[in-house]
Amino acid sequence: MTESTYRIQGATGEWEVVIGLEVHAQVTSNAKLFSGAATTFGAEPNAQVSLVDAAMPGMLPVPNGECVRQAVRTGMALNAQINRYSRFDRKNYFYADLPQGYQISQLYHPIVGEGAIEISLDEKNPDAHTKTIGIERLHLEQDAGKLMHDQHPTMSYVDLNRCGVALMEIVSRPDMRSPAEAGAYLKKLRSILRYVGSCDGNMEEGSMRADVNVSVRKPGDEFGTRTETKNVNSVRYVMATIEHEASRQVDVIESGGTIVQETRLYDPDKNETRSMRSKEDAHDYRYFPDPDLLPLELDDTFLDACKASLPELPDAKRKRYESELGLSAYNAAVLTAEAETARWFEALLTESAKAQGKPEAEVAKAAANWLLSELYGALNRMAKTIDDSPVSPAAGAELLALVAGGTISGTIAKQVFEIMLETGEGAGAIVEARGLKQTSDTGAIDAAIAKVLADNADKVEQYRGGKEALFGFFVGQTMKAMQGKANPQMVNELLKKALG
Amino acid sequence: MLADQAMSVDSKTVKKIASLARIAMSDDEIEAMVPEFNGILGWVEQLGEVDVTGVEPMTAVIPNVLRLRDDVVTDGDIRDKVLANAPAAEHGFFGVPKVIE
Repeated sequence: MTESTYRIQGATGEWEVVIGLEVHAQVTSNAKLFSGAATTFGAEPNAQVSLVDAAMPGMLPVPNGECVRQAVRTGMALNAQINRYSRFDRKNYFYADLPQGYQISQLYHPIVGEGAIEISLDEKNPDAHTKTIGIERLHLEQDAGKLMHDQHPTMSYVDLNRCGVALMEIVSRPDMRSPAEAGAYLKKLRSILRYVGSCDGNMEEGSMRADVNVSVRKPGDEFGTRTETKNVNSVRYVMATIEHEASRQVDVIESGGTIVQETRLYDPDKNETRSMRSKEDAHDYRYFPDPDLLPLELDDTFLDACKASLPELPDAKRKRYESELGLSAYNAAVLTAEAETARWFEALLTESAKAQGKPEAEVAKAAANWLLSELYGALNRMAKTIDDSPVSPAAGAELLALVAGGTISGTIAKQVFEIMLETGEGAGAIVEARGLKQTSDTGAIDAAIAKVLADNADKVEQYRGGKEALFGFFVGQTMKAMQGKANPQMVNELLKKALG
Repeated sequence: MLADQAMSVDSKTVKKIASLARIAMSDDEIEAMVPEFNGILGWVEQLGEVDVTGVEPMTAVIPNVLRLRDDVVTDGDIRDKVLANAPAAEHGFFGVPKVIE
């Protein structure tokens, strides 16, 4: 797929889609952006509200240093310009989810300026097709409270627990041209945020949600009028929103209408977008600098500390896995997409190197293959994430060392792993207790071979007559007779001798 | 902005500002407000006569920096206080007239 291939086929020809995303990411912090109330998800209604959040008269906001630090670290991870001078502004609107009557945000001087994210459009070969999506800005702002409309016949209930929680609004350039690109951008952004640790990326709990800006145009034309679909909370829904909104716009234009710049809502049940606000002055927010807050000025010491605290980011890690560990592009991409997977893999690598007394690069491939096939397979079956894995990296390394050292075969290793998952016992203990050790006892293997050849005299005849493909059959039969415990290489050698 | 390009408002603008600020005003009150607004704007625009070329905008009268708080939970868990002045509160929630856009 290339970036220019996504087109909507209209009655008047092909249309191109132009997409920009504004992502709201909740900053991982204990306390809110301007108050000392807690941010934990799922608390009793209004239990995590201070008098600042409730906007009682005379209360003053004091910014949380950690939220500032996380915004700066995120900006650095997005290769963005960090603004040493930024300011907070008031965005005025009246709605029951925000008792202040204004949201404290950063319009004129955001904390982070322009940056970029590189997305990959080919999972199997991440470097084969990449595209750079520009980031326009990242700023800090307050979240609003939650309204529930279905609990009472005439009243809406308001819970202000979320009110005042720190959000990073990350605004992309209108650089995306297909739902797939928007999906890849969102996934990549989420991955970076989770590596940095500035946002948990939990879209179900609303820690990350996107406003989706969509317009359509004939390829090569000027940008069309865009609509903004608010608060879309999964990658899948973002992609569906774009598909539906773009088709709707093409239909409107082709039937002689014009697109109105408006806010829309995505309804996942009906899989459609619909108009949300049409009030003429809904967007007259009358921004002005918040007189309660001085400008935010950052010094070198602070910025250096932010920089020094950044972890290795997914792209750098992926490239290092390829170049230093010799992993395939695909394996490296899968292992580095999520910070947890990479952490687990690196622990496995360290333990494996230790257990086998070899450099990490020499044990990396086997470790990667085992993690991605055996461990992932088991976790999928059990519907568990890697953080809940019943087997630890050290236990995995013990198993891999037994295979690498020739104590057990790959086939037996699969059995041992199943027992590890069930019982929690160590690989070595399982092999010992159940007599699963691979044997290199030539006498026992020779005896097994002799019996296999005697039982299959006809096939021996055929093999000697030139049907060499039968060799695999003899190996299989011998391994079976040895209950999988024979050293496969030795079986090969001894069989060749016996048949030769 | 130069003084001779003075900004001025009419009753329509005052009405819109009142509506954005959710302040109910009678027509008489709005009419009375027009010269007051223009008086304030004219006074502020006098400042335009001062040449401030090369002067950094000042944000505080005394040199001061924005202080940051530590990321520690020190507040909250005061639901009764928070809800004490609410005209309606039920089951720990504020109750407001049903508002659905």
